[in-house]
Amino acid sequence: MTAITYSAAAPRDYSLTGRDARLAVENGLAAAEWYHTEIPRKQMKELMQRSDQPAIRDTVIWLGALILSGAGGAWFWGTWWCVPFFFVYSVLYGSSTDSRWHECGHGTAFRTQWMNDAVYQLACFMIMRNPVTWRWSHTRHHTDTIIVGRDPEIAVMRPPDLARLVLNFFGILDAWHAMTDMLRNAAGIISPAEKTFIPEQEQPKAIRIARIWSAIYVATIALAIHSGSWLPLMLVGLPRLYGAWHHVMTGLLQHGGLAENVTDHRLNSRTVYMNPISRFIYWNMNYHVEHHMFPMVPYHALPKLHELIKHDLPAPTPSILAGYREMIPAFLRQLRNEDYFIRRELPATAKPYREELHNDNPMAAAAE
Amino acid sequence: MSDWVEACAAGDIDEEDVMRFDHAGRTFAIYRSPDDEYFATDGLCTHEKVHLADGLVMDDIIECPKHNGRFNYKTGDARGAPVCVNLKTYPVKVDAGKVLIQIG
Repeated sequence: MTAITYSAAAPRDYSLTGRDARLAVENGLAAAEWYHTEIPRKQMKELMQRSDQPAIRDTVIWLGALILSGAGGAWFWGTWWCVPFFFVYSVLYGSSTDSRWHECGHGTAFRTQWMNDAVYQLACFMIMRNPVTWRWSHTRHHTDTIIVGRDPEIAVMRPPDLARLVLNFFGILDAWHAMTDMLRNAAGIISPAEKTFIPEQEQPKAIRIARIWSAIYVATIALAIHSGSWLPLMLVGLPRLYGAWHHVMTGLLQHGGLAENVTDHRLNSRTVYMNPISRFIYWNMNYHVEHHMFPMVPYHALPKLHELIKHDLPAPTPSILAGYREMIPAFLRQLRNEDYFIRRELPATAKPYREELHNDNPMAAAAE
Repeated sequence: MSDWVEACAAGDIDEEDVMRFDHAGRTFAIYRSPDDEYFATDGLCTHEKVHLADGLVMDDIIECPKHNGRFNYKTGDARGAPVCVNLKTYPVKVDAGKVLIQIG
């Protein structure tokens, strides 16, 4: 594997059809073999076992709380009492759906596939991610995690666009792009970047979904205009903006400030210990190194997997706050030095990194 | 078409599990169903060439360990995204406690 070097004349190109997409393939970074901690097959089988029960319990709580908080918000609409209800409703709508989309897309949340599919479709609508497009983009994210030019889901590119990050805490740019993508797909147009990861036979499905969603949003807007009230949009659509903050807060921690162009998830992903409420909203995706190494393990088994392999992983970040204390200075340094990244140190019990396989260069990273 | 090859002992695979078998430069996956029947397919996922023997067997489904693509290992049928191309299957028989597959 040859190191890809960047310079002012040849900066990182994150587009899926550009220079770095070609270089990643030429340098063996695309569809590469990734590091895995060794786990005996018997234990791995136990961890991978599927069960409907935990996800049914969590989905009943999730949808029950969503309906109750939405009903409370509607009941108290026009008074300040609606605020706490919409606060809860919006996080369940605009943030919990990030993890529900994700886990059900992997097919690991429930054992029964139609249950995965049903929650996946509902969550995709709320989080405004086309279920066809994002299934395939996430497949690529797992194949080529944080490989420049290959991964369509790199949340923080270098140099970091801090204004964009802040705006996305309120879903502003994401929702705007989601809406324009939806309307473009509804018009029957699949972009060149989408064509790189959505197989041709799947593209009509993406267009069909975009048309159905467009009709739902048109109906919601029509209802709001007809009733002379924002309430329909407070319940459908807008929560993706004012309830996005939690999924952005947790999502940035997944890979933010860490290495690019490596083939070891211990270098480019972050496991963070979180409070139980955030873990419910996030469905345990705070165990992110573990999830990327073993995507077959359902969310409810990730704490057990973490205990089993933590001897081979960098120490987990102890809290969300600690994650931001590490990540924000890294983003600021990357404004001056795009090659900088946080190099996660391994414990003595871990297998060392295979430096010859990794493109992100600690020497360049240290330079200012 | 009579080139039956011994893959493993019948007891080497747990019920509802899968095992890798390499032969003559090729790789295969040998399955034991919950009904104690044996099946064989190509060993690599048709999506991104990952070894299916590291995946999960559930009833008559093998799930790929990389992207959770699913196949019916009895028929080879791809069961939805991200797998679109069926798996090749091979005849299997158990003889004197040995699992044999017919490699065409």
